[in-house]
Amino acid sequence: MRAVRVTLASVTAVALAAVATGCTEKSKAGAGGDHVVKVTAGDDSCKVSKKEFPAGHVVLDVENTGSKVTEVYVLYPDDRIVTERENIGPGTSQKVNAEVKAGSYQIACKPGMVGEGIRQKVKATGGGKEVARDPKLDAAVAAYRTYAQEQADETLPLAKKFADAVKAGDLEAAKKAYAPSRIGWERTEPVAESFGDIDPKVDLREDGLTGGQDPEKDWTGWHRLERSLWKDEKITGRDKELADLLVKDLEKWQDKVNEAEITPTSMANGAKELLDEVATGKVTGEEERYSHTDLVDFKANVEGAEKSYALLKQVAAKNDPQLTAQLDRRFTALNELLDEYREDEKSYDFESYDKVGKDERKELSDAVNALAEPLSQLAAAVVAK
Amino acid sequence: MTERTNTSAPSRRSLLALGGAGLAVGAAAGAGAMAVAQGGPGGEPAAQAGAAVPFRGRHQAGIATAVQDRLHFAAFDVKTDDRAELAALLEEWSAAAALLTAGRPVGEGAYGGIPEAPPDDTGEALGLKPSRLTLTFGVGPSLFDERFGLRERRPEALVDLPKFRGDNLDKARSGGDLCVQACADDPQVAVHAIRNLARIGMGTVAVRWSQLGFGKTSSTTPDAQTPRNMMGFKDGTRNIAGTDTAALDEHVWVSEADGPDWMAGGTYLVARRIRMNIETWDRTSLKEQEDIFGRTKGEGAPYGKKRERDEPDLRAMPEVAHVRLAHPDSNGGARMLRRGYSFTDGTDGLGRLDAGLFFLAYQRDVRDAFVPVQRRLAESDVLNEYIQHVGSAVFAIPPGVADQGSWWGRDLFTGKV
Repeated sequence: MRAVRVTLASVTAVALAAVATGCTEKSKAGAGGDHVVKVTAGDDSCKVSKKEFPAGHVVLDVENTGSKVTEVYVLYPDDRIVTERENIGPGTSQKVNAEVKAGSYQIACKPGMVGEGIRQKVKATGGGKEVARDPKLDAAVAAYRTYAQEQADETLPLAKKFADAVKAGDLEAAKKAYAPSRIGWERTEPVAESFGDIDPKVDLREDGLTGGQDPEKDWTGWHRLERSLWKDEKITGRDKELADLLVKDLEKWQDKVNEAEITPTSMANGAKELLDEVATGKVTGEEERYSHTDLVDFKANVEGAEKSYALLKQVAAKNDPQLTAQLDRRFTALNELLDEYREDEKSYDFESYDKVGKDERKELSDAVNALAEPLSQLAAAVVAK
Repeated sequence: MTERTNTSAPSRRSLLALGGAGLAVGAAAGAGAMAVAQGGPGGEPAAQAGAAVPFRGRHQAGIATAVQDRLHFAAFDVKTDDRAELAALLEEWSAAAALLTAGRPVGEGAYGGIPEAPPDDTGEALGLKPSRLTLTFGVGPSLFDERFGLRERRPEALVDLPKFRGDNLDKARSGGDLCVQACADDPQVAVHAIRNLARIGMGTVAVRWSQLGFGKTSSTTPDAQTPRNMMGFKDGTRNIAGTDTAALDEHVWVSEADGPDWMAGGTYLVARRIRMNIETWDRTSLKEQEDIFGRTKGEGAPYGKKRERDEPDLRAMPEVAHVRLAHPDSNGGARMLRRGYSFTDGTDGLGRLDAGLFFLAYQRDVRDAFVPVQRRLAESDVLNEYIQHVGSAVFAIPPGVADQGSWWGRDLFTGKV
């Protein structure tokens, strides 16, 4: 919102030129380049204007000619998502940007936003113009990748400590080990969540269960154990199995972290998503409804966002110094506010969230919004060249 | 008349750089100090046309302006201690308000910008007409504490309201450092305006409370049919007309002699959330209802008279009738320009309608108008059995943004202390 677009990324120059000249048919303005793939999404069709395009920056110019709301994906052959755009209304057009390396991909249209979608195999060919890469951004991505791995590596012993306490039937020790075992995950949640099969096994809340799922049989992970420890206040045989399962699932995460697709844009948006997590789950006290350890997750989310920001700041500051100055101030303000809820700034021993009153929650919520709003401009400040 | 289209939006940068030179619609009618809607003072033709009300003028729009159908009112807390940051926001808000009231999206619009960034405008008013949107800005007593060095500039008339008998005020629905009143004939246009101003201000300010109103309860257009409140009675029959410049000058606008300088051409606003005990009211006999008001329910005629607009004979009414107690003759001639709205915020958990009147009254000096009138009503009004004041705020409403380089409250922030 407040980003001052002193300089513009090449992709946006086209769109803004259209605004300046009063041209309303913006979708046609950039149709010429060979990095543009026109996607015509109907109710039962998904046409692409070309099946091969040069690797690098590709723009999907999506037009929904059908009668249903649709979404469009670019997928790796193994169904991992390169990029996606949801909620493309009937009769509307949207541009979807992606950075792709040479290789095979699928473009999928999902009319009605359900099912596997209608798919087209496409290929990004090598030898095309390499995207001009900023070595500073490459370094930021590499550093973030290391950070994400460290978080997983450091989490495992803490998760084992938690699991051991559960298996020993030691209620107090398990309660004490619960929140610390979640910090690494919470710091890197957007990356952790990108492995779609792990997140629902380890971090699902009871309200996240789908229709046919039985909370007693199908609900696993931290929050299931949280309920046992704080609400039921007893540890069952099933809980002991779940503790082992949690460690096993987290080991899969630890193994896979280095495969995560990380880009400067995904880092910036990931930082914003962490604040979104705080704004929707932690400020309300929904995330840790039994243990009330929400402020620990809160702090971890902010730390993870701050890490991404710190790595991207040098580039962003060059493009939009006002934005980074504002982000610095607002990170500081939020961290200072959070410090009021713990005695020792080195410990993660935060005030139990059920003791945090309505006015204080409002103050926390305001501080989160104050940071998240400019943070939503970070991606734009990173891509601007 | 303009419809909200994205492509007409000047970029925020160019807007700020040119000092708002892109605001041709608002500026063209800048001389319209009365800020009565285009389409005539009757209200209806303008409402149908979805016209724009000029943003600029001697007085802020949204006061004497023919009352629109819908309201979204928001009170804000200032979150920064930095006076310059707050002033910069008010300048940015004023530029956005000029766009919004002209029926345009804020900033660079709702689509077509940088794909990696969220759009400046939230988009839900695209394709909607200006709908006579007015945005009226005010500052509360709490702004004049030590934070911004404004203590010496606080108007004497901006008093903290006393506690009135029967008040049951919710802190979370009362007070505020700043306020914005958004009125429009289309509720989505009013909500869009508050939402976008709140978003622009996030971090510098935070919404403290806000209130939606769905039906006007007073009009400033005496030729039109008088609207009814949630009790089913005509409300605002004797309200000050938006065209009655003599009454406005005497009872609403702050004169230069009144001072302080930065308030000349401004006014004061009292906002009260008045909850009605709807269910018990509905069980009250017609006779008792009419006795309580001192007017008939159908015609709205004062007791002893035939027609709504006949001069009331106060002695014909019960001594504690609402209209008698509130009448200027019972209050040393005190009058206010009322601009309230009915509200319903669903039900209250006990199955009772959470409804009532969001009372908004503009006046030249709160000490001569709302305070004595409400004191009298709070002590004696038989209506009190059916109502309760649950929210309260008072604001100084600065004069209008008269010229292009100006902004809401500029003279407060830049004038000599």
